[in-house]
Amino acid sequence: MEWLGLYNYWVVVVLMMVGFYIVIAQGNLVKKIVGLNIFQTSVFIFFISLAKLDGGTAPVYVEGVTDYSNPLPHVLILTAIVVGVALTAMGLALVVRVHELYGSIEEDEIHEQDGKH
Amino acid sequence: MDLLIQHLPALQVVLPMLAAPIVMLMARTPRLAWAATTLVTWLTLGVAILLAQQILATGPISYHMGGWMPPVGIEYYVDSANIFVLLIISLMGAISMPFALRSVEQEVDKTKHGLFYAAFLLANCGLLGITITGDAFNIFVFFEISALASYALIAMGKDRRAVMSSYQYLVMGTVGTTFLLIGIGFMYIMTGTLNLIDLGERLPEVNDTATIRAAFAFLAVGISLKLALFPLHLWLPNAYTYAPSMITVFLSATATKVAIYVLLRFIFSVFGYEFSFEELNMGYVLMPLALLGILIPSIVAIFQTNIKRMLAYSSVAQVGYMILGISFASTLGLMASVVHLFNHAITKAALFMALACIIYRVGSVSLDRMSGIAKQMPWTMAAFALAGLSLIGIPLTAGFVTKWHLLLAALEGGLWPVAVFLLGTSLLATIYIWKVVEAAYLKEPAEGVQPVREAPPSLLLPTWALTLACLYFGIETSLPVDMATRAAETLMGGYL
Repeated sequence: MEWLGLYNYWVVVVLMMVGFYIVIAQGNLVKKIVGLNIFQTSVFIFFISLAKLDGGTAPVYVEGVTDYSNPLPHVLILTAIVVGVALTAMGLALVVRVHELYGSIEEDEIHEQDGKH
Repeated sequence: MDLLIQHLPALQVVLPMLAAPIVMLMARTPRLAWAATTLVTWLTLGVAILLAQQILATGPISYHMGGWMPPVGIEYYVDSANIFVLLIISLMGAISMPFALRSVEQEVDKTKHGLFYAAFLLANCGLLGITITGDAFNIFVFFEISALASYALIAMGKDRRAVMSSYQYLVMGTVGTTFLLIGIGFMYIMTGTLNLIDLGERLPEVNDTATIRAAFAFLAVGISLKLALFPLHLWLPNAYTYAPSMITVFLSATATKVAIYVLLRFIFSVFGYEFSFEELNMGYVLMPLALLGILIPSIVAIFQTNIKRMLAYSSVAQVGYMILGISFASTLGLMASVVHLFNHAITKAALFMALACIIYRVGSVSLDRMSGIAKQMPWTMAAFALAGLSLIGIPLTAGFVTKWHLLLAALEGGLWPVAVFLLGTSLLATIYIWKVVEAAYLKEPAEGVQPVREAPPSLLLPTWALTLACLYFGIETSLPVDMATRAAETLMGGYL
């Protein structure tokens, strides 16, 4: 049952596929953004879990502790989360504009209004 | 002064970044915002030129951000490969700004000018950052900075479809950069470093693991989405068609080029020639995609009636030429790709600028509205026709230099069918450029259409500057060819 020990990576893969599927399959523009968020979050979890060392503690010097988790991925993901928030805000702002201009946020209805392009 | 020279690599990125919020505050005085942005883009160009001189004199520059030593600290690394791209980006930024004044005044709401120019500076800063940085995670962050700014800029187009195409670009762009992030994560697990040079040194030890192969695949697909490699190009035609004219000029000349540079950096410098081409046979994947990517978008371009859209499809085809050069896996092919980064940037920017002149006067660039336009706007159409020759690759234009070296590289590799194919696809470009020239020069204007005047000098001058550059660099080829050769040799050698 070795593969069960890597359950965190399985969670990442499942989340990633769920998010990606939503982005592709959903016609609703807000739901697509939600899918994109899930997709990105799975990558965040991936980075965080690869930083974890069994029995390691927070990377602050403590007497008698030799194993620490790697702080670098945490820092990277902090940045990536900020980027993700900005993307979500940008995406939702665009959806608001789309709703103002088309009166709908369903992809097929929007394409119908614009003709074939 | 010494202090300034020492910190040139940082200034290259920090200058536009810091200027952006200041320009944003000038929302009430659009002209001032424009003047400040223009000044910053010209200063950025100055920095790039100084950096180029320094590299010619003393070799690659390694700059340690905040004084932290690499590989722990973030390193900015400038060598003959990325200085070429830095020069292209800053040059296109500097040339498109004088053009922007009138074009943006007409196409973008007056209250948004401050924000527009601030976003433009951020896009510029992001692209420069991607190119100059020597840190893998930094590349991801700068990709997002430039992408977020581009989404905002594209959405400012007049047509409501601009917003929708910006949204589509956002979804596909985010998937691309997230793939990039996954690839970087895999490399980090195996090597424990993010510094590109350090990665290049440590990867060979772990090359035969599935993790590194997966990292390579994620990076290649993610970057290919950003550089609009066929069939991952779907975001590009709409984004270029509906964006404000000036943004189409700037993005078509820089955004995909930078992504191609990143691909080059990863497959040649980080993973190395042997791993990419001998073990994974990257050439077998890239070449069919490049050939299809030249053929299909070129045919699609012929059937477009919106000329901006036609040129957007042509851009996808031109990306195909650059990828084709890489797929030859030879110094000559790589050099053809690198020199095409420059030649295509000036050619396509000149063409889009000519279209922007027509949009400025006529308001549309549909083929039927362009009938007989050459009599009313002779200078604009002459620029379009000359730059069109360069796009086709007629001798004595910049486009020919690329085609010639691609041909040589194909023959050097013994791939004569590819050489024949290259000549054949030039014919396709001839067809779509001819369609426009025929309508503009040989047809009469439709009845009841108001005649228009020639575009104002502030639009014509930058257009002609680039058009003449297309001719100049077609005759006096030594400068871009020398720089591209040096860049190709550097990339082939990996980080030494």
